Amino acid sequence: MPKLTINGKEVEVPEGTNLIEAAKAAGAEVPHYCYHPALSIAGQCRLCMVDIDKVPRPQIACNTQATEGMVVHTETERVLETRRSMMEFHLINHPLDCPVCDQAGECFLQIYYMKHGLYDPRMVDEKVHKPKAVPIGPHVMLDAERCILCSRCVRFCDEITHTGELGIFQRGDQSEIGLFPGTALENKYSGNVIDICPVGALTDRDFRFQVRVWYLDTAKGLCNGCARGCNVEVHTNRHRPHHNQGRRVARLKPRFNAEVNQWWLCDEGRYGFKWMDDKSRLTHPLHRAGGAGAEVSWDRALPELVKRLQGCQPDEVGLLASPKMSNEDLWALRRLAEHLGVRNLDFRVPPRTPGDEDDFLIRADKNPNSRGAELTGVGPGAGGRDAAGILRAARERRLKLLWIFHHDLAASGWPEAEVLAAIENTETVVFQGTSANDVSARAHLVLPSAAYVETEGTFTNFQGRVQRFRTAIPPLGESWPDWKILSVVGTALGASDPVFSAERAEQVFNALAAAVPAFGGMTYRALGDTGRMATA
Amino acid sequence: MAERILTRNFDVKDAHTLRVYRDGGGYQGWEKAKGMEPAAIAEEVKKSNLRGLGGAGFPTGVKWGFIPKGSTAPRYLVVNADEGEPGTFKDRYLMERDPHALIEGMLIAARAIGSHLGFIYIRGEYVQPWRIVSAAVKEASEAGLLGKNIQGTGFDFEIVVHRGAGAYICGEETGLISSLEGKKGWPKVKPPFPAVKGAFGQPTIVNNVETLACLPHIITRGAEWFAGLGTKTQGGTRLYSVSGHVVRPGLVEAPVSVTLRQIIYDHCGGIPGGRALKAVVPGGSSAAILTPDEIDIPMDVDGPKSKGSMIGSAGIIVMDETVSIPDALMVVARFYAHESCGQCTPCRESTGWIYKISHRIVEGKGRKEDLDTILDVAKRGAGTTICAFYDGAVGPYISYIEKFRSEFEELIRTSDHA
Repeated sequence: MPKLTINGKEVEVPEGTNLIEAAKAAGAEVPHYCYHPALSIAGQCRLCMVDIDKVPRPQIACNTQATEGMVVHTETERVLETRRSMMEFHLINHPLDCPVCDQAGECFLQIYYMKHGLYDPRMVDEKVHKPKAVPIGPHVMLDAERCILCSRCVRFCDEITHTGELGIFQRGDQSEIGLFPGTALENKYSGNVIDICPVGALTDRDFRFQVRVWYLDTAKGLCNGCARGCNVEVHTNRHRPHHNQGRRVARLKPRFNAEVNQWWLCDEGRYGFKWMDDKSRLTHPLHRAGGAGAEVSWDRALPELVKRLQGCQPDEVGLLASPKMSNEDLWALRRLAEHLGVRNLDFRVPPRTPGDEDDFLIRADKNPNSRGAELTGVGPGAGGRDAAGILRAARERRLKLLWIFHHDLAASGWPEAEVLAAIENTETVVFQGTSANDVSARAHLVLPSAAYVETEGTFTNFQGRVQRFRTAIPPLGESWPDWKILSVVGTALGASDPVFSAERAEQVFNALAAAVPAFGGMTYRALGDTGRMATA
Repeated sequence: MAERILTRNFDVKDAHTLRVYRDGGGYQGWEKAKGMEPAAIAEEVKKSNLRGLGGAGFPTGVKWGFIPKGSTAPRYLVVNADEGEPGTFKDRYLMERDPHALIEGMLIAARAIGSHLGFIYIRGEYVQPWRIVSAAVKEASEAGLLGKNIQGTGFDFEIVVHRGAGAYICGEETGLISSLEGKKGWPKVKPPFPAVKGAFGQPTIVNNVETLACLPHIITRGAEWFAGLGTKTQGGTRLYSVSGHVVRPGLVEAPVSVTLRQIIYDHCGGIPGGRALKAVVPGGSSAAILTPDEIDIPMDVDGPKSKGSMIGSAGIIVMDETVSIPDALMVVARFYAHESCGQCTPCRESTGWIYKISHRIVEGKGRKEDLDTILDVAKRGAGTTICAFYDGAVGPYISYIEKFRSEFEELIRTSDHA
């Protein structure tokens, strides 16, 4: 562990640490474009130069390893002057089209020009012209004139996805990023090149021209697209409803978590948020008696549910929980099942087609919280029925009430006819979820759930990591968090468990942590931004 | 006239064949070297004061010593035959007229550094040298001078001849290695240096053609003899490629103590037509330009350096009074803009920019701030890049303007923007 001095401050860093990271440890920012901690060292942008005692010329910090006794200066007059020069070089051929560029507001040419440039432009000759607005894949748009040729995107495709679609062609100031002939940037992680592009060269075809980034709000969230639970930032557009076609969620960006997704997010997860603002969302409780259903208030819907539950023997009730529910939702449901004495409880519904999986991030299980459902004990009680058994019992008219959470059963791995027969043959079908489907269209009671970006809570990923997600936007319409619906029902049924008097997800989680050994010793707040491993 | 060493076979008929080369004393250096300890060969080369003749002038024996001691990885000997420096054509002559001198030199170097595989990287435009060198390698292999267990010594050495595709940057040793590896010819960030991690990730020594062609003579006739041919810091003779306004342009072999004036006026017959000398580029286009009062310098590594220039590849470009220096700068600037690999920002962006400015000045659209802009941009970019290409470009940018500023100013004074 070499000790070195950076700007007069002594720091100790692991062997092999470069001077950009060492400076960060010493609280100094060394500006850079081509360096990225996940990628090989390119040393191309030449912006990260620092002064080192006993070395005659400034050196690039990215390719210089910290050594014992090294004395580094990141803010000498010579370093500042070099940065100014590098900023001028980066910008002489740049089109300076910030007003129409999607990257504006989060562009490192803008940020670094203001911090490290501020020179008077001297370029009076015609700039180099290159292709603009070239779609290079389903998600990515290339503007070669804005590109500073840092090669991060090329290295990403070579070193992270090993797909190698991109290269730098031509040379000198004619150099440009491009696709190798016959390829398209359509690997499963292509959107990441947009994130690591420090400028407006690679923009998101889905997001571009939708909202200016300075109108966005952000919340720390989790991707719910599979069991990995990639950490994301949910960027929302709450204050400009006339932008982004009225949709509240504008985009997802990966959020660094060394143990889960590092810097990355797959395209399926990245673009899998549109349903949250879709017309298929359930926004009001519905009561369907006879033919057409009618929107009702919660004050009418939940007493109706409670009445029907009270009219059933425990073995006449089936509860089909969902691994899309949070740990808090699942814990509240388990406590409710216990209060009712219902043992027909499960969450495992087979998918119609097996999910794809790879050796990087993508998991075959397309649910964010299967592990959490296992750990919270959401399964059949002694003598109770599992998911298939519940369906069979319903089909055989042995259930009076079937409460289905989230599942689009008619699109599941079960035969559609069997699912519809089960619905048909059950006196009371309750559907609780975010979005309409063939079951909700037939259910007697429909209870709208808040989407996971509209509430907060925790998921447990396939590794057993318990991670928090935060509220990004308010629940749509009249929808409620699942645990809150369950609390009201539990309270109305006279259950005294403190879970049902919780006012925040935090209280439900802390009750769960107190009761289930796998979550033992955890508190909601101590989970922090990176989560904790469950013990089991 | 001094003894011809490197060019001794240039006028001998069929000297490119093994038989004629051997008849003239060829492969005697190897005969001696194969019985020497590798360390003894390297020591001999160090004592000879042989400096790299490709451009950088680094002591060859010292360079060999940079391979990590005790490394058991395969080592490669790579010949830089990419001779791309404008004004330089010496390696071409060597490869066309005396290819076995190169092969013999490679054998000696390979034994010294413990390499069993060598690559000759020949620039794409050198079709004839490539044909002749390839034939010579074949002939040497068939004669048992290359291959496994050469002449029963237990030493293996094979040579692969590789053609480049015609990029100047592939003459930069790590750009050359990238190209040899099948990649785009981009210079590599250092460290690691090639001697530690070079071609295909293995310790690699890159030597110039002419440098290697000196080795048979050093081994045959001894380091002291070789060192004695030159100056205190550099031994031997070298090949000066002389072009431009001289009566007899061409290749000149002379001891490195020869002066630039002697080369121009004695070896090459002076300036034709009774015209006056205006400027000389002493070491390929990347060397700073010299004025007529700066030519009384020895043409070793140190002489041109004393005038702020460099010996480089010893490509001497002579310009008489009819040459427009702004025109010359524009031509050189176009070359560097065209050949910049585009990897490092300062070089990629400013070579093109400076070409545009220099072109505008020549077109009569110069602005009064242009000259200071070029000088400032060049100085800001110098020393900031992965390889020495940009520093090479800066040589002419700065020296042409600083030494001939009034000529540029005259053009700008009469321009549209004046």
